[in-house]
Amino acid sequence: MGKQATRITVNGKSHARVVEARLTLADFLRHELGLTGTHLGCEHGVCGACTVLVDGHTARSCLMFAVQANGSEVTTVEGLAADGELSVLQQAFMDNHGLQCGFCTPGMLITLTELLRDNAEPSEAEVREALTGNLCRCTGYAGIVKAALDAAQRLRGGTPSQPSPASGGGR
Amino acid sequence: MGAKHFGARVKRLEDPALLSGRGRFVDDLKLPGLLHACFVRSPHAHAMVRDIDSGAATAMPGVHTVLTANDLPEPMRRMPIPMLTPNPAIATPRTQTALAGDEVCYVGQPIAVVIADSRYLAEDAAAAVVVDYDVLAAVGDCRVGIRDGAPRAHSDLASNVIARFPLAYGDVDAAFTNAAHVFEEVLWQHRGGGMALETRAVLASHDPVADTLTVWSGTQTPHLGRGTLADLLDRNLESIRMIAPDVGGGFGPKAIFYPEEAVIPATALKLGRPVKWIEDRREHFLSATQERDQYWDMAIAVDAGGKILGVRGRMLHDSGAFVPWGVIMPYIAAVTVPGPYVVPAYHLETVVVLTNKVPTTPVRGAGRPQAVFAMERLLDRVARELSLDRAEVRRRNFIQPEQMPYAVGLLFRDGKPLIYDSGDYPKGQDEALRLAGYEGFRERQRVALEQGRLIGIGIGNYVEGTGLGPFEGVTVRVLPSGKVAVATGATNQGQGTRTTLSQIVAEQVGCRIEDIVMTIGDTGAIAQGVGAFASRQAVNAGCSAQLAGEAVRKQIIALAARTLGVNEDDIDLEDGKAVATTGNKPMVPFGELARLAQGIPGVSLPAGQAAGLEHTAYYTPPQAAYCSGTHVAEVEVDHMTGGVKVLNYTVAHDSGRVINPLIVDGQVQGGVAHGIGNALLEWMQYDDNAQPLTTTFADYLLPMATDVPTCAIAHVETVNPLNPLGVKGAGEGGTIPAPAAIIAAIEDALSPFNVHFAETPLTPERIVAALRAAGAYERLFAA
Repeated sequence: MGKQATRITVNGKSHARVVEARLTLADFLRHELGLTGTHLGCEHGVCGACTVLVDGHTARSCLMFAVQANGSEVTTVEGLAADGELSVLQQAFMDNHGLQCGFCTPGMLITLTELLRDNAEPSEAEVREALTGNLCRCTGYAGIVKAALDAAQRLRGGTPSQPSPASGGGR
Repeated sequence: MGAKHFGARVKRLEDPALLSGRGRFVDDLKLPGLLHACFVRSPHAHAMVRDIDSGAATAMPGVHTVLTANDLPEPMRRMPIPMLTPNPAIATPRTQTALAGDEVCYVGQPIAVVIADSRYLAEDAAAAVVVDYDVLAAVGDCRVGIRDGAPRAHSDLASNVIARFPLAYGDVDAAFTNAAHVFEEVLWQHRGGGMALETRAVLASHDPVADTLTVWSGTQTPHLGRGTLADLLDRNLESIRMIAPDVGGGFGPKAIFYPEEAVIPATALKLGRPVKWIEDRREHFLSATQERDQYWDMAIAVDAGGKILGVRGRMLHDSGAFVPWGVIMPYIAAVTVPGPYVVPAYHLETVVVLTNKVPTTPVRGAGRPQAVFAMERLLDRVARELSLDRAEVRRRNFIQPEQMPYAVGLLFRDGKPLIYDSGDYPKGQDEALRLAGYEGFRERQRVALEQGRLIGIGIGNYVEGTGLGPFEGVTVRVLPSGKVAVATGATNQGQGTRTTLSQIVAEQVGCRIEDIVMTIGDTGAIAQGVGAFASRQAVNAGCSAQLAGEAVRKQIIALAARTLGVNEDDIDLEDGKAVATTGNKPMVPFGELARLAQGIPGVSLPAGQAAGLEHTAYYTPPQAAYCSGTHVAEVEVDHMTGGVKVLNYTVAHDSGRVINPLIVDGQVQGGVAHGIGNALLEWMQYDDNAQPLTTTFADYLLPMATDVPTCAIAHVETVNPLNPLGVKGAGEGGTIPAPAAIIAAIEDALSPFNVHFAETPLTPERIVAALRAAGAYERLFAA
């Protein structure tokens, strides 16, 4: 199996490895670099759990070979929290019950990080549209959508919304 | 009990690690010398295995071994995996062996395993294993399987019918003879999967010094798994430790013990190196258990006012090729039919049929969605035929709150009479209808129709037996550091078990929630355990946490009172300190008390002093805890494309006292999403030869963010009188009535065309076909 020298910058740190051409970017991140936050849910590009940013754009790391990312800058979920503090989006997920088992969560966070960077004031419909590339089996998406809208507001400098029921109903 | 933690919207303790990529799922664990496995699986639904040639595969680079059934240790080599849920109705309690012997009975059944330096190399070699098959006729449909002369799912069995049981009470013949009206429905619910985002995963490592076998498995039931593995390896139970680390969703299929959970430990023992197997999604579609797949022929007898006189029918359950979880789902389905209604007479004949498909075991709902679908569709039919409002028909038939506790007349699957402990079904429905704006719906529908939009509304009611025994355990122990250690056999696949149990313990013991150190899903931490299924953990583990917490609280107070020289009544516990409420209010921190409770070597403890501040409770529920609810779905149907959009979704849910509304709302919302998938999207399809047709997420559709609205949720709390917390389960109620409510809403939206549906998933093609058959398009285009 042919091997190739590959240099990828991940979360700001450069890594040089000689890898098999068929090694996926996801397996490179998980098993070569030990960045196991990126998850594999389907390995055929539908579930979105493996989503990372490659040169600033979301990409399925299960559908990319590591060698294709040669020379690129990759951001994974491990790169979202600065100095061990949760990012605004991560905190919003916690406050709005945006995760249950946590397996799809890294992909969700990466997708929404891109959305909130490109669209400071997304509507609920835009958030949902952006999330169609990420499957969640646990939450029914309500908490994720709410977290995204909450984070957008916080990032715009609005008052952080008080965590309130994920439902529209009272008790 | 104070209101500090219990009942509060406490943020989850699980979240920070999972949000920052620091979760620990099985595939995240790395051990020195780790090898990787890939299974060789049957491509045929039914065949005899004549020969397996692994010579070429074994010679490939990086391959350590290829094992077949004959290479497995005794008794695993030939012993079927034990079935943990026996039932005398099962004629042939057939379960599979770890690796297939002479006969394979479903596509995906494991035949051999390749162990190599990487998963890549193991997959290469697995493709080079040559298996010679004699292909046999397969049973792809349980309706075909019961016919005379049908192929047999197992060549040595005389019949595909593996169990047949009637469940009945009352005089059903008289009810039907005397009825003003009798209506019949033929119903079917698809076969789907749990489809947790994390696939199954097993890692095993043997420590030869201690002779301990450690198995990490993405399972819902590590204690059950350890017991089964001990049987299959003929090993001392104490020499096996099974750990369920972070698990990426369960939903039922991860509750059973799988062949791979036997084979991977066996290979680790044989090779003396750790071995890991991570299921890929295709394997998950082929070899993880599935559910639903029941055919119902039902009839309802009612009086002139729509009051139920009796219900009778027959149900066929497709069990797949084996019965690893017995006949639990068809049994639960059969006893769930009466639901929240007074049904004076009932008779259901259940027939459980073997087919050459992957086995069915509980998937979120476990037989109940099918039963609720049958009953609710019958009631909608009654309403339509008698020109009654659908809510009114239900109102006329509800069991009233003053009838509680209510004996249905059947035995539940826990072996106890089916007695609803509590519940207020009329109030639940009223609350849901109010929240859904049911009153004003006909006007909304009229306005929409004027705009050319077809919208409809549907109702689904259910009662669900949750919180099943036998028990769960919780140990609470105060550590010398002042932290409080909690261990439980309960497990966590996203339910927030850690948070919920911490709330209960913190409340009882009087410590900060962040000072609780919890070990969960680890057989090394607590002697006995059961695990997650049947919405059972809040009831079983929750009550154990309460009882263990209470006991440790008493121990702390007794020791603190002696230490501080005050009366026990004058001690308050807060934030990990025992504080006297009298005198100059002296205090002593928990850590110091924990050290005192260890005593002095060689010195007797004071009378009444236990060793250490520690207690283990195993709560054993006397029977199931019956939760209930009403769902109201409002949908829009595009009559040209058959597309359905769920516009509004309302849930009134009674899961007893709510420990954490954040978590319970999340369970309900997530359950509804699963139900929307069942109703509209998810369909595991097979051809006539039982060959799977939908083995990717592009063929088998899961609900997306655009398919699931944010539900309006109301908690109608009736306290469960049978357990110390007053709680009932909450994990499956979101899924159970959703297909019934959604299909009813679609039918209502399409009422101008008078089309009716009795099956799920209701895909766009089926809707268009029904409209076409009803002449809808001729009418539309003629207009």
